[in-house]
Amino acid sequence: MIGITAFGAYLPRMRLQKKAIADANGWFDASLRGLGRGEKAVCNWDEDAITMAVEAATDCLGEESNRDPDGLIFASTSGPFLDRQHSVVIAEALNLNIDAIRTADVTASQRAATSALLFGLDIAAGNSASEVVVVASEHRRTQVATREEMLYGDGAAAIQIGDQNVIAEYIDSQSTADDFVDHYRADGSKYDYGWEERWVRDEGYLKIVPKAVNALLEKTQVSAAEIKHFILATDQGRVPGMIGKTLGLNGEAIADNLLDSVGITGAAHPMLLLAHRLEQAQPNDLILVVGFGQGCDAVLFRVTDAIGKNSPRFGVSGHLSRGRREENYNKFQSFNDLLDKGLGKRAEVDKQSYLTAMYRNRAFTTGFKGGKCSACGTIQIPMHRYCVNPQCGAGDTQQEYPMSNAVGHIATWTADELTFDFNPPAYFGMVVFDGGGRLMMDITEVDPEAFDTGVQVGVHFRVKQIDSQRGFRKYFWKAIQVQ
Amino acid sequence: MATGIKDKVAILGMGCSKFGERWDCEPADLMAEAFEECINDAGIEKNQIEAAWQATGIDTFNVGPGAIPLSMALRLPNIPVTKIENYCASGTEAFRAATYAVASGACDFALALGVEKLKDMGYGGLPQRSRGVTNDLHFPNVSAPGVFAQLAAGYTAKYSTNKEDLKRAMAHVSVKSHANGAKNPKAHLQRSITEDQAIRAPMIAEPIGLFDCCGVSDGAACAIVTTPEIARSLGKSDLVTVKALQLCVSNGEEVGFNDWDGSYIATTRHAVERAYNEAGIKNPREEISMTEVHDCFSITELVTMEDLRLSPEGGAVKDVLDGVFDAEGDLPCQIDGGLKCFGHPIGASGLRMLYEMYLQFQGRAGERQLSDPRLGLTHNLGGFPYQNVSSIAVVGRHEA
Repeated sequence: MIGITAFGAYLPRMRLQKKAIADANGWFDASLRGLGRGEKAVCNWDEDAITMAVEAATDCLGEESNRDPDGLIFASTSGPFLDRQHSVVIAEALNLNIDAIRTADVTASQRAATSALLFGLDIAAGNSASEVVVVASEHRRTQVATREEMLYGDGAAAIQIGDQNVIAEYIDSQSTADDFVDHYRADGSKYDYGWEERWVRDEGYLKIVPKAVNALLEKTQVSAAEIKHFILATDQGRVPGMIGKTLGLNGEAIADNLLDSVGITGAAHPMLLLAHRLEQAQPNDLILVVGFGQGCDAVLFRVTDAIGKNSPRFGVSGHLSRGRREENYNKFQSFNDLLDKGLGKRAEVDKQSYLTAMYRNRAFTTGFKGGKCSACGTIQIPMHRYCVNPQCGAGDTQQEYPMSNAVGHIATWTADELTFDFNPPAYFGMVVFDGGGRLMMDITEVDPEAFDTGVQVGVHFRVKQIDSQRGFRKYFWKAIQVQ
Repeated sequence: MATGIKDKVAILGMGCSKFGERWDCEPADLMAEAFEECINDAGIEKNQIEAAWQATGIDTFNVGPGAIPLSMALRLPNIPVTKIENYCASGTEAFRAATYAVASGACDFALALGVEKLKDMGYGGLPQRSRGVTNDLHFPNVSAPGVFAQLAAGYTAKYSTNKEDLKRAMAHVSVKSHANGAKNPKAHLQRSITEDQAIRAPMIAEPIGLFDCCGVSDGAACAIVTTPEIARSLGKSDLVTVKALQLCVSNGEEVGFNDWDGSYIATTRHAVERAYNEAGIKNPREEISMTEVHDCFSITELVTMEDLRLSPEGGAVKDVLDGVFDAEGDLPCQIDGGLKCFGHPIGASGLRMLYEMYLQFQGRAGERQLSDPRLGLTHNLGGFPYQNVSSIAVVGRHEA
């Protein structure tokens, strides 16, 4: 039996209040006010599709060392690179065994994630890999004062596929191709260009989705009424209900699109909603996931008795409750490069990444591995030729020691108003890790009310620095207070 | 068997430019200004100088690399000239090199000159810059105030110091320095400030405010050294000799090993231990007449008093507030105004500190003159509290 063996999700903490957007832009387009309900999840300046994918995959994999996937597929239409495999960066940040692994990026469509899921299932079924993590992640770009700005959000989800401890068995799928261009984004364009909503609904969703779904139900001899979880990601709030009626689905089966709590996370959204529904799924439930974009993927799962055995640490619900209310729309615009902002002379320093040094050091900078001295047991990060313990000092005795799951506390810290930062003040301080090792680190997602010397922190993969001159970015790990 | 540097080298002459925003000066102008005073004070000819050391901290942003800038600025007579950089200890390092050159017998007259011109950068504070190819991959996003501010976090955690008391002590440090700098025509800032002004100043890096930070400025300072015998033969009396020169550099323990608690500077403690031995000082609080320490930030000066064993562990706040280190106190610190009033043209600072000591021992310190100073200690600290270079120089009257 092949199917889903684990799942996870990630939502950025910042929750932009949609009223703030509507208040700022309503003078220009009054219709935006009607969309100003609730909030949407938006990336901090140091998050992107890769960092969110690492978080979601970590949530999915958990801390068990016996889960060692040999496949990782990344799905997104907003990855930072056109040519540099995102799934490989993610695999290295997760410290997967890169000496024997299948990786791929799937892009260019809003059904990239469901297609990636199907590729993952194919790979596992074909024995090219035994455990495949499919992770979908989007950091959306929208123009100011648009409907899309009100409705899109950022987030990521991960689904692990395998044949051990399956929690939702893969039954079958139907995939159609259809060059229905409801929207597109060309190479070099920052934003999507979309067509009229009503046409997208009438000629798109209402025709293309039922065709694929009915074909799937037909060949699997399943009736629509039996579906307990129906997932169709769309920014058109009424469409899933309309399709439900056409197909004969149970009203309760239709997954909430989280329009007013997250926003539509693009290609990641079907997977995010799947991760959400899996939290409530019961043994024997049928789940039908639809991916819509240049055609349709319809994928059918049946939940097993093992559901509840491999739950994520946070999942969608966990992240929904960990939000931080943000009312400053200007901050969101600033983080998303929507303003022609004067950053000051300190921002002018060259941010070149030297690729040779980056490659040599990636066990530390991407994988957050330190070293453990075999002579005295001292843990140190970064790993070094010579042991840092003044009583030891032995040379060439350290073994790589993974520390990306390490927890520690803040021994000293400051809030620096002087150094250039996209979200000042820049917090940084000495993290002392439980069990050994310490490092002076950037600290992010600080709540000034809750933060002080002594607080517990974990480490998270984030954007360290953006080189806009060359279109590159450094990644490293930052400390975040444990909530 | 080595016996240290004590009394082997004397300062023959010193010079110091006016420090400040010298908008109309090239680095060469600053070097000439300091050098002219120095060579006149020394009473020798330029062509008698046999070797020179130039200290500049961030050469990329001012004079450029190598030692050519010094040689060309002063038209030195094709002698060996070396560029020294060791963060904020650069000036003291140039002095140390010149001192060793004379003590070794390799030359009779050696020049140490520190120069820095940072005010072409276009903004306040030290230039934002690369920390090195690999370091840039993982160093946190630091500024100098940000890294030093953490001494406060470490100190208050260790001694359970009341945050308001620490803020007041930090303010007192700056008020005291400004009172001294107001009497110094070469200082950049020559006005007094109040404790209230210091406490209410805008925050730079919690808990360091604007008035807890030294400024960035342009300046140069220099020294010519020789042996005491040669100095006497040239008619000098009231000789000021070098008693100790020590340096300590971090090896990674503070930042990588779980021992250091962030409340003190480990390297200063190592360096001063060796310096007191070298100078034969048994009771520093009694024997040292004055100090010029690295007050890049008021908190640095405060913990340095403990690092130098001039205050007991956890006792610096009380000593500062009691006025021990004020001009009228038992052990004046920054009698010339310190980095706080001079600013910190990096390569020049260590030599500027020695310049004040030199004037004080010769009774030439004007309104700032202390009565009967015998031994003085200078201290520089470059880098970050957790990864740095610390230098100590002890100078004094030859017979002290």
